[in-house]
Amino acid sequence: MTDVALTKKDFTSDQEVRWCPGCGDYSILSTMQAFLPELGIPRENIVFISGIGCSSRFPYYLETFGMHSIHGRAPTIASGLAISRPDLSVFVITGDGDALSIGGNHLIHSLRRNVELKILLFNNRIYGLTKGQYSPTSEQGKITKSTPAGSLDTPFNPISLAIGAEATFVARSVDSDRKHLTEVLRAAAAHKGSAFIEIFQNCPIFNDGAFDSVKDSETKGAALLQMVHGQPIKSETHGLVHEGASLKLVELSSVSESDLVVHDAHNPDPSYAFALSRLSSSELSHVPVGIFRDVARPSYGSLVNNQIDEIIAKQGAGDLSTLLSSGDTWVVE
Amino acid sequence: MSKIVFVTKPVVALKQVTIRFAGDSGDGMQLTGDRFTMDTASLGNDLSTLPNFPAEIRAPQGTVLGVSSFQLHFADHHVQTAGDAPDVLVAMNPAALKANIKDMQRGATIIVDADEFTTRNLSKVGYETNPLEDGTLDSFKLHPVALTSLTVAALSELTLTRKEAERSKNMFALGLLTWMYHRPTEATENFLNAKFAKKPEILKANLLAYRTGWNYGETTEDFSVSFEIAKAVMPKGKYRNISGNAAMAYGLIAASQRAELKLFLGSYPITPASDILHELSKHKKFGVVTFQAEDEIAAIGSALGASYGGALGITTTSGPGVALKSEMIGLGVMLELPLIIIDVQRGGPSTGLPTKTEQADLLQALFGRNGESPVAVIAPSHASDCFDIAIEAARIATTYRVPVIVLSDGYIANGSEPWMIPDVDSLPDLRVEFAKSQEDFMPYLRNPETLARPWAIPGTKGIEHRIGGLEKADKTGAISYDPANHDFMVRTRAAKVAGIKVPDLEVSDPTGDAQVLYLGWGSTYGPVSAAVEVLRDNGEKIAQAHIRFLNPFPKNLGEVLKKYPKVIVPEMNMGQLAMLLRAEFLKDVISFNQVRGLPFTTAELVETAMGVLHD
Ligand SMILES: Cc1ncc(C[n+]2csc(CCOP(=O)(O)OP(=O)(O)O)c2C)c(N)n1
Ligand code: SF4
Ligand SMILES: [Mg+2]
Repeated sequence: MTDVALTKKDFTSDQEVRWCPGCGDYSILSTMQAFLPELGIPRENIVFISGIGCSSRFPYYLETFGMHSIHGRAPTIASGLAISRPDLSVFVITGDGDALSIGGNHLIHSLRRNVELKILLFNNRIYGLTKGQYSPTSEQGKITKSTPAGSLDTPFNPISLAIGAEATFVARSVDSDRKHLTEVLRAAAAHKGSAFIEIFQNCPIFNDGAFDSVKDSETKGAALLQMVHGQPIKSETHGLVHEGASLKLVELSSVSESDLVVHDAHNPDPSYAFALSRLSSSELSHVPVGIFRDVARPSYGSLVNNQIDEIIAKQGAGDLSTLLSSGDTWVVE
Repeated sequence: MSKIVFVTKPVVALKQVTIRFAGDSGDGMQLTGDRFTMDTASLGNDLSTLPNFPAEIRAPQGTVLGVSSFQLHFADHHVQTAGDAPDVLVAMNPAALKANIKDMQRGATIIVDADEFTTRNLSKVGYETNPLEDGTLDSFKLHPVALTSLTVAALSELTLTRKEAERSKNMFALGLLTWMYHRPTEATENFLNAKFAKKPEILKANLLAYRTGWNYGETTEDFSVSFEIAKAVMPKGKYRNISGNAAMAYGLIAASQRAELKLFLGSYPITPASDILHELSKHKKFGVVTFQAEDEIAAIGSALGASYGGALGITTTSGPGVALKSEMIGLGVMLELPLIIIDVQRGGPSTGLPTKTEQADLLQALFGRNGESPVAVIAPSHASDCFDIAIEAARIATTYRVPVIVLSDGYIANGSEPWMIPDVDSLPDLRVEFAKSQEDFMPYLRNPETLARPWAIPGTKGIEHRIGGLEKADKTGAISYDPANHDFMVRTRAAKVAGIKVPDLEVSDPTGDAQVLYLGWGSTYGPVSAAVEVLRDNGEKIAQAHIRFLNPFPKNLGEVLKKYPKVIVPEMNMGQLAMLLRAEFLKDVISFNQVRGLPFTTAELVETAMGVLHD
């Protein structure tokens, strides 16, 4: 714990923030700066590691340790750091291209290992920094500079991907919803192991309005399916009911409150969270937000370090002289 | 030994012997070779080994492609190489004979498992007639031994299937060779006892086969003499036999202990580097973390992340892996953090020759990245030198905060030799200083002597700062696109690497007036030294020098090159060091190249030098 309570200002670096006016990254940054003091962790024990992309400029603006690394590889560097320094709180900042295209391999492996990392994926469904090519989350048919006739690829659903990769904590929030994002960050920070958070982030320059349906005051009430552990999953107009082994979206008016699925974020069966993740269609008319899955599994760093501790407890700490003279030796007089 | 022996056979003293064990990759030739090596080392002979295996784990049985071999050269004097032409070939089947006969010189001894020379096996490898009978081996001392049936007969009392019994025939062969060369048997018996402690029947089979092989030599008339090779004169001390990869792993552990830093290895399996990962994984009690990553990029990324956190970050790989790691090495150059990259080179390009040796990654190590991206590059000269080179790599990486690439190769990595175990207290003190808590911390303010920036690890109060791959301003480390600053920083990173302190090149020139210099690097050290010895014994004047530091070069290299009118540079590549020497020193060195996946032979190097000496 720090001697004096830190404030948002203490986490704000002296660097001039250089995102485009109106970029969703600003509100995520501001929410993070306001949230960090609440953790009660000294600034020097917090590290932000990012890849490359607009979003990956994030660490420069935080008065903590930070590294702006190379495209897609932040989880690798962060893994080495988190495993060897369990005393640190390590955040990974990444974009949809950074995490899901060039860095897809590292993302899934960090999640399956459950490395003690808080991974924030800023999903603007576009390549921002390279000026507007389609990304692995862009909807099929997307017209961009590199796809003037429309993109052909089927997009990833980042939440489904993370669950498929054995993630123990998976959540989604929206850049402009400070309160919701803060709650998700709080839960992620409390989670042991990897926490994966997809944040819908508007890029007003290359993909403006991509998330309008979940932001406009007229549509968002209906579109946002709020997932709160122990509460029925519903938006203002729709709710979820069980249908066989699957989940089904229905109008609230057609069912009674007691028929609605009560959210269980701790459900050990990943197919439940996976079913939830499939509810968000590409056009985002209905989108679950909140925590899909939050289950306990030992973090990778704790497994690595416990294994070493156990070996030392059993065999004693290594002695270099003994090691060098192990095996068949002989003496020349 | 159990049998009573009545006749004592004559014993002949030899100065040196080269033996090659060859068989199917399932015949256990590497183990046989290893055991013979251990027993030879403990007897006090100097030695050098060369394992040679196919890339396929189990190529079709009995085919030339599937032959695995192990060569061992041992002597009563200092040994430089694993030997050119074997004096003895042990061939476990016709394929092994076929694959190796071309390397044998007239008069050499050939011991074969006669049972394996069936019509079917012969035709499998294209022998139309049986070479044991058709006279083609008349110029050799041929010993057809019914290895398989003798082994099976010896084990008839045990409850084993015939297949299981046959599997011990390599121990029969080992026992026979152990008798022929007067090796002690105790260590191998102890080894077998430990290895098969949980399989008593298999243990009995191996021990019995081993003893039967020994007795066979002692009693049959086929082997009329045995041989003795006196101890080599070696400096006083405690010795063990060690391979390059094991020495590298030990050196890295030693470095982390002397630096008082946690050893973090991020690695992805690849031949011939995997054994370093395997070895380090065994030593967790030293606090060693071994992280088998999802790919080569994650492997080096995790090492760099650990290094950022104050650990000794290491990654081990081979050429294809280095190609994948290039971008992260560049980040290491930019972040100016310690990082050790060990490249155990193999034949390339692409997948190339995974199990064979080559030195063709030198230019990749030096220049295989975008932008001006200088790193330190060093290379061990022989197997046990890997221990020292690992410590050297740690010294350079931590002192100068720079990636260091170590260029080992398949020959050094798998080959082994006796090693005088160093006294731990004599190893260098590698302790480092991290940046301390302070106000107005500047992450790129350099040590004026080394030009290193502070190693500023997370967890240190008051020095929170941001670094990254973007160009940074001198001293403050803030992002900078200023043209003059970029020019300055590029030059500064280069100057830092150029200023790394490395020892001067030592030249051996006994007469002091040689006109020709043999200049090698990496694993050519043994073969070149052996050739130079032969040349000098024949009255030739030749100088020798060996480069361990490839970037930066030793300060006196230019002078040395100037002094000798003719400089021969032998390399297992198409002339990469030669190209550098020509470019940097305008010296037209004589480049001698071979890329056959095998080390140079002494004879080839002698012949090349003779051509230059007398042209
Ligand atoms: C190895 C490499 N390839 C390509 C690039 C170019 N590049 C930089 S950022 C980027 C895509 C970024 O997209 P995203 O991750 O979605 O981040 P955003 O800018 O949208 O936040 C690309 C292709 C690079 N920097 N490095
Ligand atoms: S391009 Fe888009 S994502 Fe990048 S800074 Fe501008 S608005 Fe933000
Ligand atoms: Mg993006």
